[in-house]
Amino acid sequence: MSEFKSGSNLEKVLRAGHFAFTGECGPPTGANVEALKKKAAYLKGMVDAVNITDNQTAVVRMPSWAASLIVMQEGVEPNFQMVCRDRNRLAAQSDVLGIYAHGIRNMLCLSGDHQKFGNHPDAKNVYDIDSMQLIHTVKTMRDEGKFLNGQDIDVPPKIFIGAASNPFAEPFEYRVHRLAKKIAAGADFVQTQCIYNMDRFREFMKQAVDMGLHEKCYILPGVTPMKSVGMALYMSRSVPGMDVPEDLIKRLRGAGKGKVAEEGIRFALEQIEEFKEMEGVAGVHLMAIEWEHRVPEIAERAGMLPRPSV
Amino acid sequence: MIIAEAKPNSELLEMVSDCSKVLVVGCKGCVTVCNVGGAKEVGVLAATLKIARRRQGRTIAVDEVTLERQCDPEYVDEIKDRIGDYDAVISIACGVGPQFLSERYPSARVFPGVNTKFMGGAVAHGVWEERCAGCGQCVIHNFGGICPIARCSKSLQNGPCGGSDHGKCEISKDVDCIWDVIVRKMMSQGRLDELLKFRPPKSWTTSRDGGPRKMIREELRI
Repeated sequence: MSEFKSGSNLEKVLRAGHFAFTGECGPPTGANVEALKKKAAYLKGMVDAVNITDNQTAVVRMPSWAASLIVMQEGVEPNFQMVCRDRNRLAAQSDVLGIYAHGIRNMLCLSGDHQKFGNHPDAKNVYDIDSMQLIHTVKTMRDEGKFLNGQDIDVPPKIFIGAASNPFAEPFEYRVHRLAKKIAAGADFVQTQCIYNMDRFREFMKQAVDMGLHEKCYILPGVTPMKSVGMALYMSRSVPGMDVPEDLIKRLRGAGKGKVAEEGIRFALEQIEEFKEMEGVAGVHLMAIEWEHRVPEIAERAGMLPRPSV
Repeated sequence: MIIAEAKPNSELLEMVSDCSKVLVVGCKGCVTVCNVGGAKEVGVLAATLKIARRRQGRTIAVDEVTLERQCDPEYVDEIKDRIGDYDAVISIACGVGPQFLSERYPSARVFPGVNTKFMGGAVAHGVWEERCAGCGQCVIHNFGGICPIARCSKSLQNGPCGGSDHGKCEISKDVDCIWDVIVRKMMSQGRLDELLKFRPPKSWTTSRDGGPRKMIREELRI
């Protein structure tokens, strides 16, 4: 029957034309399974799949594949993230086989933050292949049933392939072309960096639509509610490639004591409303960083519930 | 010094296939010493290109120049009045040279004529070996003055691994196991106990892993 590439829930939701809703969950900095299960419980039924980050910000954590298996046991579909920083092409391909063997069907291919930003800045980095090449590798493994060296794979992994895109990094004019390149390399869906500058994102999406990219790939803009003015300032000043307009910071400041988080959520909800109507947008990726317990409320207020079952 | 080797002629011909006037730029630095990018090699490459083109039934004009060093803006500047005359420039310096040329002359098309191999030296006539990986934090005194970072296939700091076989590395019988050399040397100096110390993971921040490197010496700036 179906020509599903992976048969994952996320793929089915998108294919059925539903407005997708994905979440995010960072594995613990230890083997704290209970903490992870608790986070997963907040997300269960609220989103179509949950990104499980891979040593994000170059901080050592429980591996993405292991945390993905745990959330899967809790009834949450994982979107396994893989960064190129920590593994060469042997490990990358091997891990793809491993996650598929255990039932993981979504994967997000990333370069990964430089180790300088993390808690092991003395480390060597790998970057044997880059995110573009990783996307292409997984596609080749899936569609041609071959490893990078051309050898046949005994039962190829059927993975729904994700890529990231940052519409705000420089040079702005090139960003949409890089997205197109990722799609040509094999990306089935794209999740973007957190969007705050809506003007710029509208322009980016218009370019993407003009190029027909939304017809080749599902595009899910990233939304991260601001919890505080401090977080907004930090994002604006210290996170590379993050574009936080001054107006938003003013708006959060103006919310008054104790009400900033609510204002942050309101802004996120307004964004989601606009994304629902925006041409070429297939869903939203909600990155409620260390705020998993607020996801049910946000999902409810955003009109995202119940999630479709497909 | 930096060791390089010439690219195959076929590759160079392909690079300049749409060019009719080319400048070959040599360097009197390392690549002259390792016989790959000096005035002599500039002449050979120019002649080769012309002959090969003639065989294809086409012509190509090739001029020659060899700079004192291509890694120094002062010398790179010397071709400023003529670089505009060419469709392309082939630099046969190490990888630094073509980049200095393309930075100094943004509208020029610059091709690399050699493959830059490693930092090392000549161990015999016509034989060069790697010695340094440029990790930015030299530790060779811990290993009998021999660098396992550059010379062990796995860059082991607590070697040798189980693949050391009669003084040879597991990757090839043509590759010496440098840890075999290190161990024997330390034994002969009566310093084996130093090798028995656990060497903790090295910081690679000063190596390429820490990002592109730059060095500033304030006392030398003008």
